[in-house]
Amino acid sequence: MKNKSKPDVPHPLEDLVRMDRIPHIWCSGCGTGSVFASCLTAIKQTGIDYRRFTMVSGIGCSGRGAGYINIDSFHTTHGRAIPFASGIKMANPDLNVIVFSGDGDLCAIGGNHFIHAARRNMDLTVVCINNFTYGMTGGQVAATTPFGAKSATTSAGNPESPFNLPLLAYAAGATYVARWTMLHSRDLADAIKESILRKGFSFIEVLSPCPINYGRRNKEKALDALRKYQKNTIVKNGANPAEADIDFDKGVILGKFIDIDKATCDESYRKMYRPQETADKQLKTG
Amino acid sequence: MKPQVLTGDHFINGDEACAEGAIAAGCKFFGGYPITPATEVAEQMSIRLPHVGGTYIQMEDEIAAMTSILGAAWTGVKTMTATSGPGFSLMMETMGLAIVTETPCVVVNVQRAGPSTGLPTQGSQGDMMQAKWGSHGDYEIIAIAPSSPQEMFDLTIIAFNLSEKYRTPVLIMSDEIVGHMSEKVVIPDAKAIKTVSRPKPSGKKAGFKPYRPGPNGVCPMPSIGEGYNVHVTGLTHDERGYPVMSVDTQKEMMHRLLNKIRNNLDDIIMTEDYYLDDAEYVIVSYGVSARTSYTAVDMARSMRIKAGLLRLITVWPFPENIIRNLAKRVKGFVTVEINMGQISREVERCAGSVPAFGVGHPGGAIIPPEDVINMLKEAF
Repeated sequence: MKNKSKPDVPHPLEDLVRMDRIPHIWCSGCGTGSVFASCLTAIKQTGIDYRRFTMVSGIGCSGRGAGYINIDSFHTTHGRAIPFASGIKMANPDLNVIVFSGDGDLCAIGGNHFIHAARRNMDLTVVCINNFTYGMTGGQVAATTPFGAKSATTSAGNPESPFNLPLLAYAAGATYVARWTMLHSRDLADAIKESILRKGFSFIEVLSPCPINYGRRNKEKALDALRKYQKNTIVKNGANPAEADIDFDKGVILGKFIDIDKATCDESYRKMYRPQETADKQLKTG
Repeated sequence: MKPQVLTGDHFINGDEACAEGAIAAGCKFFGGYPITPATEVAEQMSIRLPHVGGTYIQMEDEIAAMTSILGAAWTGVKTMTATSGPGFSLMMETMGLAIVTETPCVVVNVQRAGPSTGLPTQGSQGDMMQAKWGSHGDYEIIAIAPSSPQEMFDLTIIAFNLSEKYRTPVLIMSDEIVGHMSEKVVIPDAKAIKTVSRPKPSGKKAGFKPYRPGPNGVCPMPSIGEGYNVHVTGLTHDERGYPVMSVDTQKEMMHRLLNKIRNNLDDIIMTEDYYLDDAEYVIVSYGVSARTSYTAVDMARSMRIKAGLLRLITVWPFPENIIRNLAKRVKGFVTVEINMGQISREVERCAGSVPAFGVGHPGGAIIPPEDVINMLKEAF
């Protein structure tokens, strides 16, 4: 019998979702699903054959993204999405490799891989969902938790200062750096699309609420977070990443900060080590 | 540009021979990180891979090196990394990912003495139990132990073949002595080298189940971009590759992973006998320690002690049945290895009521054959 609650018109992103895995695990009020939808929209908008994409995630709430996208996708170990993705890219540069993961996964346990992939200008699109906490494990303090914020392991407030991720990415050598929030779904989709279509290490930080495990402890309801994302943010393309500290009282800067043209890791490797292939390819494509 | 197979006679060290074996086997990707005494494998691979259209990348640490070869393997190529003790420790979590996602790859451990930084430039066989048990959870692993530069070439090819055939990481448990020893290495004609590639899926792509096994328990492996839309996860998963957090799924997955090795022991296990037919005392050894064990057997025989050698070429899965069968007719076992008692425990376990002793060494030197003779005299 046909399920009556299912609408006859499919969702426009359904072809990119493993519908047999829905419902997903993300909580009510979580922003990850919106970011995921922006990412799928971007993939669709490029018009590139889906078979030429792959998604790699690490561990955590956003790390489940790879499990829901209906393309070849990899859910790896905690922190290691980027080196896994780097192996894919270097072995088959024709693939568009998207890393979809969280702040803890990419920038704490995976921080070393993050800075080195940026330094190499590894041709990856890295979508980093920053929810300021370790959501999956119940809201412990993270490398992105604001100073003073409460968490499951900082009951009196966070005594440490958080990373400024765009500045970190830029300093390490990322050639594309942007920040949006999950509320800015179109800007975000445009940024992801632009990252896919360009070459080089593209880093997009996406601010996203975790009402259950972060908001609850810091008197921030799900909708309050979204209001902050709308009202207390300033879109300033070309802003200096050094000014991109996250302070909602001052106003958080969003936009595309960095976009530099530079040879990628796989391009330079092939040019220097397998020059004959590069020449053959140029001959073929004219 | 040199060809894939450097047919001819060479005078090279074990690490270089290992790299040539990898290239001959069809390896196209190496994720490296420098560490003594395995560095020469990476150096040689960095030189040789571009000749065969392959890629070398030096990663930021051994975790990344190991992870990169898994990603690369899913693009359809044969991949390898090489390390020593400290790096091997760092690779252990990712080893589990390779096992559970059934990603073929070859990991070389040119062992040095530990624990910790230990004796970086001196040999050991101290990582043999780590090879079996180093990653969390239960698993079977394939580990082989070359005794010479020639075997560093030959067994590296076999390692790739086993890895591809069974879709599992294969460990080459070498050591500093074999790795840095230079000897004659004969590389045969390309035609004489048998290489194996992973089983590939065929048929309908829609609804493809990436973890539905073939007849020998091994699943056909698609590559990224072939249109199979596979999901690969380190979580416990079903035939679709989807995470399922249930005891039944865990049971089913674990049994298949263990059995694809356990049901094919005859194909995987390689050993060599030396004067074993009429032996009363069996010396069990592997890798560099087997070299001195041959001499120990010769010395024992000249003293009219009926000793023989069982050389383990495959150390994991452990050749239990061979030891159990020998135990029915021999008077004792002596295991010779450069550690303080690792494989000797396995031998003891399988020897039953037959006395089994170990000749060990804390690392940094080869065990002299005299020590083996002394143990034979003392124990029996």
